[in-house]
Amino acid sequence: MAFINGIGIISPQRTADSTAFLSDVMEYTADYLTCIEPAYRTFIDPLQSRRMSRLMKMGIASAKLCMAESGVEMPDAIITGTGLGSVEDTEKILGEITKEERFLNPTPFIQSTYNTISSQVAIQLKCHSYNSTYVHRTFSFESCLLDGLMQLEEKSATNFLAGTIDEMTMNHLQITRRVGQWKMEPVNNLSLKDVKTPGALAGEGAAFFMMGAERSSSTYAELTDVATCYNLNGSFASAEFLPGFLAKNGLYPADIDIVLLGVNGDCSNDPIYMQFADQLFPAAAQAWFKHLCGEYHTAAGFGLYVAANILKNQVCPEVLKLSAKKPVRLKNILIYNHFRNINHSFILIRGCYE
Amino acid sequence: MDELILKLKKEVIEQLNLEETTPEDINPDSPLFGEGLGLDSIDALELIVLLEKNYGIKIEDPKDGKKIFFSIRSMAEYITEHKK
Amino acid sequence: MPQRIFITGYGIISSIGHNSGENLSSLLQSRPGLGRIRHVDTLLKDELLVGEVSCTHDELISLAGIDAADGYSRNALLGIIAAREAFAHGGLDKHHDLKTGLISATTVGGMDRSERYYLDFLSNNSRNAYIDSYDCADSTEKIARLLGIHDFVTTISTACSSAANAIMLGARMIRSGRLDRVLAGGCESLTKFHLNGFNALKILDKEPCKPFDQHRAGINLGEGAAYLVLESESGLAVTGNTPICELAGWGNACEAFHQTASSPDGIGAYLAMNAALSMSGLEPAAIDYVNAHGTGTDNNDVSEGRALERLFSKNMPRVSSTKPFTGHTTSCAGSIEAILSVLCLEHQVIWPNLNFKEQMHELSFSPVEELLTTIPVNVVMSNSFGFGGNDTSLIFRKVNNNNDTSSPAPLLLRE
Repeated sequence: MAFINGIGIISPQRTADSTAFLSDVMEYTADYLTCIEPAYRTFIDPLQSRRMSRLMKMGIASAKLCMAESGVEMPDAIITGTGLGSVEDTEKILGEITKEERFLNPTPFIQSTYNTISSQVAIQLKCHSYNSTYVHRTFSFESCLLDGLMQLEEKSATNFLAGTIDEMTMNHLQITRRVGQWKMEPVNNLSLKDVKTPGALAGEGAAFFMMGAERSSSTYAELTDVATCYNLNGSFASAEFLPGFLAKNGLYPADIDIVLLGVNGDCSNDPIYMQFADQLFPAAAQAWFKHLCGEYHTAAGFGLYVAANILKNQVCPEVLKLSAKKPVRLKNILIYNHFRNINHSFILIRGCYE
Repeated sequence: MDELILKLKKEVIEQLNLEETTPEDINPDSPLFGEGLGLDSIDALELIVLLEKNYGIKIEDPKDGKKIFFSIRSMAEYITEHKK
Repeated sequence: MPQRIFITGYGIISSIGHNSGENLSSLLQSRPGLGRIRHVDTLLKDELLVGEVSCTHDELISLAGIDAADGYSRNALLGIIAAREAFAHGGLDKHHDLKTGLISATTVGGMDRSERYYLDFLSNNSRNAYIDSYDCADSTEKIARLLGIHDFVTTISTACSSAANAIMLGARMIRSGRLDRVLAGGCESLTKFHLNGFNALKILDKEPCKPFDQHRAGINLGEGAAYLVLESESGLAVTGNTPICELAGWGNACEAFHQTASSPDGIGAYLAMNAALSMSGLEPAAIDYVNAHGTGTDNNDVSEGRALERLFSKNMPRVSSTKPFTGHTTSCAGSIEAILSVLCLEHQVIWPNLNFKEQMHELSFSPVEELLTTIPVNVVMSNSFGFGGNDTSLIFRKVNNNNDTSSPAPLLLRE
């Protein structure tokens, strides 16, 4: 268990330059959703930022936004999750070495290393504490949260900075379109639900969370628990797993007020979510978020931002609603995300209002 | 030499993404590293790439970079001496 | 009392052998695995020395024992081979009631195929089977699927300390009560991508590397895979496994100094080693041997050497780097060297630091030069440091198998 005491997030929505919660929803018709980036000058010294890739700048800026909001000056651990790391830097190198193997600049190589952002955040903060990076598709962010929760349990830390960073490029989109991951044509994000075709709408984002053992004046909500389930040859059944997971946290399915689903517009994946919500949580309201940030390996970071804000503001904006059902109260939210029915993950969040 | 110095200034600005620096800002005799432009060891490696790519000059030991990349002028002198 | 963590199996493939027996025999004979690049198509082929696994892609497929080979990267194949050996050694095929996890580490992921097929990826559908194999999770998932591990699966990437961090996370997962057994380690294959990347950083030695030598000139990159089976004290009561040794301490710290360079005083290394030591409850004098990170770069060896001097001062244990044997296997170095450290406890030996001639002027100690076979080895420390100053230290301790593992602890059976 940990309290979410600060959030810094850069996404395709106006999350970096405004603390208002989804008051001005961005509509796009695009191949993939791109982040609205802040002016980095406020966050990074230009002499330092000149070599940084876009992803690194997004990571550092969101980490700094998060630190500032939380009021914490030095975290006891920095843990990040990224599915793909810096795609742009990797492509730069691939472009070079497939042409000719000469004149390679070291910078893209350094930045293509997956832990480059967790390190750079540590360098900026002069933070010598525990530092790690998870790179397991849609388990990346959840593994990072789990590690942090264990740090608190072990009393090695009283707080930890947890971050997600992933980016999309046109090249990478085209490559991964070949394996059916994405929609083949630009779509409108706000009518994503109505496009009944295979493939998701891709996106990207950076989100950092300051998690603390103690509540603070900036607390959004409580991160109760997190679980990752690897579906080995179809052996995983959420109906079997969920009751135990909830019970471990003192909850029954009826206690869940909103199931926040990873629905991403892919007609071959979305029925799994709907079946899950309808069967296991018939009483809960259903909500979604990937039409606002797009699909990427660490999109659960955007999901956690959404859930934390619903609980803090005690309002579930219309744009998130997937069903007509109105939640009676806003206390417990379960985020459910899956990737290809192989990587299933659950994040449980509880409101702190009393 | 002056022509080479101006060319080098432009190349260094481009290679190292010194977006806010103009050629006029760089004194050809001021140190590039440390207090001067504030460059670091990664910049030194990028300058090695620049010399190889634009002038065909290969520097094997990055330690040699210290002297060569002291200032724009020392770079220009080294290039004049070693250009193939 | 927190659960104690034991090592009950391991598997390894590297340039000095395709399994743990071959690795041991090369080490005992001081036979290094460095040579010219044969399996990567690169202009650096005749320029660099590397620790390459001798097999071709097809030979690895057959060693890995898989049928449908499309979509397998060299990385995944190396990982499968080492993971299979560890799986069998630790008896992970039995006792399915125990909660078992797989924590793997890599940085290059499936880059060996991706760099080969990148232009096809961009222009046609001929290599689509390899698109999913690009990321870091792919090799982990392939290993998990082949071995049937599913209670917990994840991948860590913290550059050259990755696999040490995988072992550390495995131990913490067991101690937290979330798992009973973990297969933890990493895999990393040589690629044109990182050969060129390290080359651009100008830290590669064209001769066999000479860690801790005054005239050291850099790294020889290497490849391989290595996994250890970590088992809880209570798990042993179920499996009946005899522990090979205990994982007695672990620590991770960040230099917070530079993206690639180590600090001159080795603050990260010191903090990581100190954390591991204090967790183990041991005095510095109890450490018999340190398997150092010792990459052979100017920078690392000064930094690590100074951190060792600060931690141990007058009690400097024997120190060596085994990278002149295996090459620097980057993300996988942590688990390869963890196994090499475990072998020291098992066979009561200390590995030599090959190619050493002259003590560094900055340091007050020299590494071990010859294979030592007559010294009691009870506690070994293994260091792994990565880009971004990600530093991890692990401590392995010999166990007395007659009475040392009997304290009962609650079992974690799957609900």
